[in-house]
Amino acid sequence: MKTMSRRKLITTGLAATAGASALAAAAKLAARYGLVPPDHGGLYGVGETLTYASQRLITRHTMAREFGRGQISKMPFANGKRPRDERYLQLEAAGFTGWQLAVDGLVANPGSFSIADLRRYPPRTQITHLACEEGWSYIAEWTGVPLAHVLNVVGVLPNARYVVYFSVQKNWWESVDMADALHPQTLLTYSMNDGDLPPAFGGPIRLRVPRQLGYKSVKYLTRLTVTDNLSNFGKGLGSASPEEGYSWYAGI
Amino acid sequence: MLEAAPVSTFVRPAVEVAERPRHAAVVRITHWVTALCFGALLISGVEILISHPRFYWGEAGNVLTTPLFVLPIPASRSSVPTGYGFVLPDQNGWSRALHFQSAWIVVFTGLVYTIASLLSGHFRKNLMPSRADLAWRPIAAVIINHWQRRQSAMADARSYNVLQRVAYLLVIVVLFPLEIWTGLAMSPAIVSAFPFVVTLLGGQQTARTIHFFAAVALLLFFGVHVEMVRRAGFFDRVRAMTTGETPTPSERT
Repeated sequence: MKTMSRRKLITTGLAATAGASALAAAAKLAARYGLVPPDHGGLYGVGETLTYASQRLITRHTMAREFGRGQISKMPFANGKRPRDERYLQLEAAGFTGWQLAVDGLVANPGSFSIADLRRYPPRTQITHLACEEGWSYIAEWTGVPLAHVLNVVGVLPNARYVVYFSVQKNWWESVDMADALHPQTLLTYSMNDGDLPPAFGGPIRLRVPRQLGYKSVKYLTRLTVTDNLSNFGKGLGSASPEEGYSWYAGI
Repeated sequence: MLEAAPVSTFVRPAVEVAERPRHAAVVRITHWVTALCFGALLISGVEILISHPRFYWGEAGNVLTTPLFVLPIPASRSSVPTGYGFVLPDQNGWSRALHFQSAWIVVFTGLVYTIASLLSGHFRKNLMPSRADLAWRPIAAVIINHWQRRQSAMADARSYNVLQRVAYLLVIVVLFPLEIWTGLAMSPAIVSAFPFVVTLLGGQQTARTIHFFAAVALLLFFGVHVEMVRRAGFFDRVRAMTTGETPTPSERT
């Protein structure tokens, strides 16, 4: 082994200090510009942060690919089981007329919307790809109202940073940052392939976030909460997914 | 740092060490970082794969669609029909996190390696096969040499033969970039910014299938690579790739 010269020791020390300070400065900047995901801690936090920060910078306004009608999958796959509890079955039997989507948190006018209310807003239809983290996928046509429209109706306050959304399925709740919440393709969908959104696919209402994996597209939405701080929700990791070991940001 | 190790028989006099290391420091470091990442990517990749061991061609595919092929293995999700009466434990959470973190490290390592190699002429000098070697006769000679298990002695310890050069270039220039490309093609966010990443391949499911085959090719390379290193003298070659030292002829028995 060679002995390290004093000069080399000093240079290495200085380089290490400079590197560490540069990293600290980068981390501070990243936090300031909202480039640090809520699940940035732990063994894989560096990878999560690199992915989220780089993709947030590149994809703030990019559009998910949209397809032609001929590319719609003839056999879409509804993953998981539809709710079977009595309350859901009652609402379904009544054509979901009693379904309410509550919107609260950092908004000027908290409110609650029925499916009919949402259908009165200008709709958007898009044919997009839904990819599950397991590896399978399908393409379908979804119609709904952009989440941005509903957020405008309730008046999002300027300090809003995230929208947290909840399902009747208690263990499935997610959140997205404002870039995704206000993205024109982020839809509160109530139709799929020319019909009402079937219960197996999340009916009566599912949030579609087509630039992220399927688990961000939560089914059976009941409540949206606008917030500036995710630490008050669950274990503070942003959503249920990181609590199970999955990334909060699922753009991959 | 102070030289504290006692002089033992294992410490060779400095004069015997070749003046130039067998492998440049950047090659040695990037080799082992990549090897570590490859292991992590392989293990996590297999874990992710078993949650859906079916492959498709084109844009979309799921359990209701006709697959291109199905691996005859059990799955970690009950929604996949495998013919097995049991479901493997779901390990996708940490597997995905490890996969992408390792991918980031491999990309940075690859960048350092590529830039350093272009600057030093490593590709040109050590990896590009000479025009004369790219003919049947020299290639056949190398194959026969290997077949007869003849040690090419010190010649191969100092430089790569034509088959090694072709294999290493294939891994560095084709397989790793293809894994990165097909990996990015599966990212819904990346393809929203750069749709050609997936459309050039023909679809997200095609990208996944190519990703799998390139991984199989890398695994085959890994197997052959380790076997060749074993035949050439495992500890000598591992030492050459770690410290840069090559045994001198007097050391060989």
